[in-house]
Amino acid sequence: MLSYIIRRLFVAIPTLLVLIIISFMLMFAAPGGPFTSERALPQAVMDNINARYGLDQPYWKQMFDYVANIVLHFDFGPSFQYRDRTVNDVIAQGFPVTLTYGFWSFVVAILAGVSLGVAAAIRHNTWLDYLAVGVSIGAQVLPNFVMAPILLLVFTLWLGWLPGGGWNGGQWQYIVMPVIALSTSYMASIARITRSSMLEVLNSGFIRTARAKGLPTSRIIFQHALKPALLPVLSYLGPAFVAMITGSVVVDVYFSTGGIGQFFVNSAFNRDYSVIMGITILVGALTILFNLLVDIAYAWIDPKIRY
Amino acid sequence: MFPEKATIDGITEAADLAAVQGRSLWQDARIRFFRNKAAVASLVVLILIAIFAFFGGFIAQYERDFVDFSLMGRNQTEGVPSIATGHYFGTDNSGRDLYARTVQGTRISLLVGVVGAGVAVIVGTLYGAIAGYFGGRLDGIMMRTVDVLMSIPFMFVLILMLVIFGRSILMLFIGIGLISWLDMARIARGQTLTIKNKEFVEAAVATGVAPMKIILRHIVPNLLGIVIVYATLLIPGMIITESFISFLGLGVQEPNTSLGALISAGAGQMQYGVIWQLLFPLFFFVVTLFAFFFVGDGLRDALDPKDR
Repeated sequence: MLSYIIRRLFVAIPTLLVLIIISFMLMFAAPGGPFTSERALPQAVMDNINARYGLDQPYWKQMFDYVANIVLHFDFGPSFQYRDRTVNDVIAQGFPVTLTYGFWSFVVAILAGVSLGVAAAIRHNTWLDYLAVGVSIGAQVLPNFVMAPILLLVFTLWLGWLPGGGWNGGQWQYIVMPVIALSTSYMASIARITRSSMLEVLNSGFIRTARAKGLPTSRIIFQHALKPALLPVLSYLGPAFVAMITGSVVVDVYFSTGGIGQFFVNSAFNRDYSVIMGITILVGALTILFNLLVDIAYAWIDPKIRY
Repeated sequence: MFPEKATIDGITEAADLAAVQGRSLWQDARIRFFRNKAAVASLVVLILIAIFAFFGGFIAQYERDFVDFSLMGRNQTEGVPSIATGHYFGTDNSGRDLYARTVQGTRISLLVGVVGAGVAVIVGTLYGAIAGYFGGRLDGIMMRTVDVLMSIPFMFVLILMLVIFGRSILMLFIGIGLISWLDMARIARGQTLTIKNKEFVEAAVATGVAPMKIILRHIVPNLLGIVIVYATLLIPGMIITESFISFLGLGVQEPNTSLGALISAGAGQMQYGVIWQLLFPLFFFVVTLFAFFFVGDGLRDALDPKDR
């Protein structure tokens, strides 16, 4: 097991390096520097600014310092656009928000998706099954940026039940719509995956044996069938994590929740390279870490995996 | 126990018929596809949408970037969809004709999907076929690279690219093309692994055909079925990606537009009671995606022998 974890780490670290190198190469390839503006500054001023942000160093040194600062001090450097703010400030402000509604979206997507999928598989070819299939097809064409306006239209403008945006310290009224918008399409995917793998498991030999022994249905489902049926769901969690963190950008922009997505998009408009890069690398690191955890969990749960 | 004489006659007759008219794999697939009602209906819908996107502009009464200043700010009362004014879908908040803009948005979204799928088909198929055919260390390196690239949150890198190189449709095409081929490479490789052990490949190797020629002449044509299926299923994903970026305002720039940008603009207007500005683009978006999913599904049933 340990050797498997180490081997997976050997893949995870180069992945992160590739991400950092790609981001850096993109930045160096950019026409003009981050401080190129329409009003030409005197050369002396430009030199001072470049020295302040370390841009006068050779490329490899900039990249090395950047990585070293992140690894050693968890310091993503200063923002290029706001003198009084560092990238760390941005992350500290936005990340807890993203994490809060991201966590709840994950919980809702998994719980609702698995229940729907299991129910559909047990009641195969009944109205419940058709409903589950219908919902999962429908949710595929309703990505978060379509869900968000529809939710706002229904719950805020028509029904007036929920506030249309903001965060307000994370009160539940402000979390509901972001969570629904973010989790719907993944809930649908999880339901679809659970349904098909559950159907497969329910048709297998050991379930027939359990039935023949006369075990109650609930016990067959929860003790015997659920665990093997959930393995494909587990491997879907990695891509789902990436997709959700991407979707959080839309949620932040649309509901003004103030997560990192909002800072990301604002920085994209301001050409604030250091913030964009900091967030990209942070998100990339989290994704890679999460994938690693999923892989380890998979190897741990599934006895068929040899590592 | 023994079949009736008539049945036996029937079978021989059928066998004779089959001997006379052999059916190719593609004919078989076509028959299966056209038996699937949802897929055929979706195909018709897709053709209609494509006609709308490419020729709908001819019946538009206004240019898509024509701003009717007299309607600006009075959109809610004056910009209502109507045949009489020529604004079939109403106007947007700047007094532009929503019909002409929806036509253009649909066209750009379709183009993005087709270009993304095209890159996936060409690059992904070749990449996967080469990795699968040569195998060994080359395969290991090539597929590990795909794994590494796949675990990067690409939307963020794509936005970084759009920020650095400027926001344009070309950049969007390049960015989406960069992402789209990864899945296809995996699928093509998996399929190549089974094909390369078939007799006809062995025969080609034995007669001394060069490896690249084997890949292009013998492997790739046999991958075509599965590649078409997954390319179709890939298109909705590409359209969603583009719309996502345009929704954030980072994609297609004015005066051009795409469905994502139109949905975004419409979503911003609905609080003033201008519901049509959201609903028309949303309708085309949802219907297009639905149609692609069903056509892809139908093609999979028809062409992919694994899932039957």
